[in-house]
Amino acid sequence: MKGLTVKAALFKLRAFIALIFIFSFFAFTSDAFLSSTNLIILTKHVAINAILAIGMTFVILTAGIDLSVGSIVGLCGMIAGLLIDKGLIIQFLDVVIYFEIWVIVIISVLIGFLFGCVNGFVITRLHVAPFIATLGMLYVARGFALLINNGATFPNLIGKDDLNNTGFPNIGAGTFLSLPYTIWVMFILALIAVFLTTKTRFGRHIFAIGGNTKAANLSGVDVNTVTLLTYGISGLCAGVVGVIVTSQLISSHPATGTTWELNAIAAVVLGGTSLMGGRGSIGGTIIGAFVIGVLSNGMILQGVSSFWQKVIMGTIIVLAVMIDQLQNKFISKDE
Amino acid sequence: MEIILKAKNINKSYPGVTALDNVNFNVYKGKVNVLVGENGAGKSTLMKILAGVEKETSGELVLQDRVLNINSTKDAEKNSIGIIHQELNLFPNLSVHENIFMGHEIFNYFIINKNKQKEITQKLMNKLNQKIKPDDLVETLRIGQQQIVEIAKALAKNTKILIMDEPSSALSKNEVAVLYSVIEELKKEGVSIIYISHKLEEIMKIGDVITILRDSKFICEELIAKVNISWITEKMVGMKNFESVNTTNLTVGKNIIEANSIFLKKKNSEELILDNVSFNSKAGEILSLYGLMGSGRTELLEVIMGLNHNFHGSIKLENKKLKKSSIAKRISDGIVLVPEDRQGQGLIQCLSILSNILLSKISKGFRGFYLDSKKESEIVKKSIDYLGIKVSSYNNLITSLSGGNQQKVVVAKALETEPKLLMLDEPTRGIDIGAKQEIFYIMKKLSEKGISIIFVSSEIKEVLAVADRVLVLAKGKITKELKNMEITEDNLVKYSQG
Repeated sequence: MKGLTVKAALFKLRAFIALIFIFSFFAFTSDAFLSSTNLIILTKHVAINAILAIGMTFVILTAGIDLSVGSIVGLCGMIAGLLIDKGLIIQFLDVVIYFEIWVIVIISVLIGFLFGCVNGFVITRLHVAPFIATLGMLYVARGFALLINNGATFPNLIGKDDLNNTGFPNIGAGTFLSLPYTIWVMFILALIAVFLTTKTRFGRHIFAIGGNTKAANLSGVDVNTVTLLTYGISGLCAGVVGVIVTSQLISSHPATGTTWELNAIAAVVLGGTSLMGGRGSIGGTIIGAFVIGVLSNGMILQGVSSFWQKVIMGTIIVLAVMIDQLQNKFISKDE
Repeated sequence: MEIILKAKNINKSYPGVTALDNVNFNVYKGKVNVLVGENGAGKSTLMKILAGVEKETSGELVLQDRVLNINSTKDAEKNSIGIIHQELNLFPNLSVHENIFMGHEIFNYFIINKNKQKEITQKLMNKLNQKIKPDDLVETLRIGQQQIVEIAKALAKNTKILIMDEPSSALSKNEVAVLYSVIEELKKEGVSIIYISHKLEEIMKIGDVITILRDSKFICEELIAKVNISWITEKMVGMKNFESVNTTNLTVGKNIIEANSIFLKKKNSEELILDNVSFNSKAGEILSLYGLMGSGRTELLEVIMGLNHNFHGSIKLENKKLKKSSIAKRISDGIVLVPEDRQGQGLIQCLSILSNILLSKISKGFRGFYLDSKKESEIVKKSIDYLGIKVSSYNNLITSLSGGNQQKVVVAKALETEPKLLMLDEPTRGIDIGAKQEIFYIMKKLSEKGISIIFVSSEIKEVLAVADRVLVLAKGKITKELKNMEITEDNLVKYSQG
């Protein structure tokens, strides 16, 4: 009996074990890998994907999917760029309002949340399948991102002293205790998400909906509202990423975030969250994001061709899900 | 009489449940072999084994002196065994001939030979004396006609042994007459029929041989000509009673639920599932709804629970009219349902025992946003003690429990909402006798606390042991209200036939 539980525990920790394995491999084979500069760059990269994946985890736990996050990243970045560069133009009053940076950040992130909620509304109230609803939003949000500046970028977003909106690049470049803000944001969002999923009513309801929607409904769970909010959270995370990336680049491009939703889904799945819903964790997702990040960083350092990197990454994702299926058999036999 | 198929010493067990215990079953050639037993007696499991849907744990199937090894529905088909499920397995969007030859298409090289298929279909329909055209879409046919298509489908595969699972339950009177004549036709062709039904009068009419199962065991086999309805009832229900939990001098409280003239139509049809149903339930009373499958019991509970708002009529809870509202609102009003389909609607399989028990409670908004795990475990411990749920740890997955204990968890979840009305839909389905008895004691304990309980069951012994009052339902109507000494096996059978 004890042997089984150890085995089961190892199985549960497989993503973490894989991460340690991959990490050690690159640490031994590459000198540059363990340097603190490289590790910080690596983690900064991971953080972008991890933040998207945190939001995605909420959605996937309800057995949904959100294909629109990449486009929402682009859209929110463009909004931030617009507000810094041109301000909020109110034509009929003939005024232009320039906000302080913190207000711009909040507006951009809220717009991400709002677009996520629209996804949720279409899915829960208009009964469109999540795949289709968010596929539609993928196009719509990207379209708006392109419309904002007619397909052009907002370069050099440093703001102006007289408009009191300088300091935007500091979000992407600044550090606290010698770690970039980006990494802190990931940590904080991850902690909040862990708390939400494991310690709150909301989290319990998410798992219940993903596990058995009918039973959840009959138990009095407000399935529609909870599901809608998970898409809102996913959109909000995309908004955060949009702001961070724009700040890192000090410019906003309408094409930013294209196909990023796929990386986020990959991280969630690698972290052991089931696409069928009801099973998974935020911790797993973070590990999944690190697996992807460490792999690509390590492969770059090793000089692996970027074409082969894609082949390897794809294979690993499929392998991970295969192992996941094994676990399902494993558990049902066990108990 | 020649035996065509013999099932010998069949055993089938699922984790924690024995579905068939050394069952013997003979199928006589060219006869209507009736199989009866209460829900959970093992009829369906036995038929699933014959049809290759499930594999027996041990035992032997012999087809005319040849031992069969049936591992799939294909194997069953090869041996000329076919099944018509209670829920028809047709493609409504396809035509009759496409349905009949689904998976067995006739090819001209690699192109489907439609003309040939239509020709054979027409011949089959002629043989069955039916005016159904090969090109008709199945969705345009009435239920009775769809059943004929199923029968034709079986015949096209050269089926010699045809299993029919409650074929008449969804049919109108005229359609039933057609069904009987088709069955006569099939007998003449030498087809052996296994006929599952709860309608005893019907069995007396068309059956040749009867086999009775009870509690997963074979009870007896007899010629229909030699038996009568009360004999069948007695064998089916058995002599061993549950320990009765109802008391003679019951004092009931005020009305909890008052339902007035409830009408409910079937979706996209004029057919009534509930036809002018009025009743009340009282505090401290166990009210039993007894009826056969399809009598509208489950639908009535769903209407009260707020799962289905498309009905006419009024429902009052403690004299206040219930409005159209969400399930959550119903639960906070004090109504809760333990559903019939435990796996599909009762449990969240991927959650722990604790999370399942508390799911409705935390939905009802007793507490805020944050879940205090200390408080949670206190409540769950109490609940587990109160209902006598056997668990090693309440943090284990719900699926680690036996059927009976899973059911107690669903009941525990319902009780945590502190209901005024507790509705239990077939709460004893798929759990062992000991656990059933425990569920009855729990029900009594709860009703003594003043909760009004509505208990749906299709097992007579259960109703006898538990009910303070019985409403018998047949075809969506309340046919009889039984009290005290009137609650007898004979009455329940009589009024449920409709």
